Amino acid sequence: MFDDLRDLYQEVIFDHNRNPRNFHVMQDADRKVEGFNPLCGDRLTLFLKMDGDKITDASFQGSGCAISTASVSLMTEIIKGKTEAEAEDLFSKFHEMTTGKSKEINLEAIGKLAVLAGVREYPARVKCATLAWHTLDAAIKNEQDSISTE
Amino acid sequence: MTTFPIEKIRADFPILQEKIRNKPLVYLDNAASCQKPQQVIDSIVHCYSHEYANVHRGVHTLSVKATDRYEGAREKVKDFINAQSTKEIVFVRGATEAINLIAQTFGKSNIKAGDEILITAMEHHSNIVPWQMLCAETGAILKVAPINLQGELIYAEFEKLITDKTRLVSVVHMSNALGTVNPVEKIIAAAKAKNIPVLLDGAQAIPHMAVDVQALDCDFYVFSGHKLYAPSGIGVMYGKQALLEAMPPYQGGGDMIRKVTFEETEYNALPYKFEAGTPSIADVIGLGAAIDYLNDIGMDNIAAYEAELLNYATVKAKQIKGLRLIGEAQEKGAILSFVLDKIHPHDIGTMLDSLGIAIRAGHHCAMPVMDFFEVPATARASFAMYNTKEEVDVLINGIESLIEIFG
Repeated sequence: MFDDLRDLYQEVIFDHNRNPRNFHVMQDADRKVEGFNPLCGDRLTLFLKMDGDKITDASFQGSGCAISTASVSLMTEIIKGKTEAEAEDLFSKFHEMTTGKSKEINLEAIGKLAVLAGVREYPARVKCATLAWHTLDAAIKNEQDSISTE
Repeated sequence: MTTFPIEKIRADFPILQEKIRNKPLVYLDNAASCQKPQQVIDSIVHCYSHEYANVHRGVHTLSVKATDRYEGAREKVKDFINAQSTKEIVFVRGATEAINLIAQTFGKSNIKAGDEILITAMEHHSNIVPWQMLCAETGAILKVAPINLQGELIYAEFEKLITDKTRLVSVVHMSNALGTVNPVEKIIAAAKAKNIPVLLDGAQAIPHMAVDVQALDCDFYVFSGHKLYAPSGIGVMYGKQALLEAMPPYQGGGDMIRKVTFEETEYNALPYKFEAGTPSIADVIGLGAAIDYLNDIGMDNIAAYEAELLNYATVKAKQIKGLRLIGEAQEKGAILSFVLDKIHPHDIGTMLDSLGIAIRAGHHCAMPVMDFFEVPATARASFAMYNTKEEVDVLINGIESLIEIFG
């Protein structure tokens, strides 16, 4: 019945929505940033544990749609062990993929984040996928303790 | 219901023939904006093709024609809501502008520090923010009457909040987020007993029921054209003549003046005092055409048809496991706001869109209502007179299927 949506709602997304990874408060976090999408009410808190410029652990709390939940869940998995620069580089590649700026998906660079490529056909949902990464960006830049997509 | 001319009505709305994602469009986002019948579209095309010029200005034939049409539409609005005079019908951009106009003119001249403005907990942001802005400027206090878990105004609490300091009661006639129809007769009677003027936000109510401002005895009634099958960008502020006379103008410019010198300006008579600048002429004419169209069908017939449709949809929706209706007032218009267990409204919106079904997912410009029900957002199916039981079935099947897929 929802054949048209198979690109957007892949099984991996349903899986991460049902069982989000790293979904807990981190008491000893070095960075804690809130992300908010006022248009849909998606809200998340991202926690990072740092060792120098290396992200050693990441977790989150919050509520949102399947796309935003899967996106932040996948992100917390993939950024562990990455340096700030590597995470930022991933963000820019992810951003290019989700906004459709680059038609080719560099699977090697983006890994399983590729399951979120489907949002580029749904402009209204791009922000659902990128909220997590904008929040990470703010956490890395350490600029503020809450960010908004608007 | 058998006599309601649903096929004819559907045939009048060209957009209902559109395919969305290769499926027939099921348009259930009418509380956000309604579609337009051919008669309204034609009236705008006719205006620009044959009768367009600026109004109230030229002596030439076209200007006279356009003015006649424009003022003819005002006459139609006056009759539609049963105002006493066309002087009481002011054209604005929409309900939002109307409320801002009242806040900035009536509000600024009548509401001072310590005075109170009373609204309800189910207001649209457009009936909250203009008053907050006025309160910030004047030092007045915004009071909010609570609602219960059915989404109904707790009338006893509302009554208690009417005090000697209340200077205005501003209440939504029908809630856009919940569908609740407020007991406006009681509200107005209670306010009148203390000589407090009442503003009704009729943006949602106006397409669903007959409105008689004299019978209601409200002081202001505001609504938007685009929710009444008319063009966007046009709306109406009704105000009792004595109140409007006493209010200062909203914006300055052409058309709202009688005489201008560099020393002083004499303002124009009602309603032009509030209509500075060239108005949205063709859209006003379109609003007149929409009113003609609705009068042909009859607002009471529309109300009866939609009540049956809402009842049908409500019964079906309640059978869906994991669906929670947000807003179950006894008195309700054709709006079905709901949440699904563990499925975010935005996912519901995207999934239903893939089936050709247009609903709204979000906070419906009523964030305090979302907070009250402790949901970030809801999915909202809102019906119009052109919707059918078959479309309700498509919606219900869609919801059941997406629940299955989310597992």
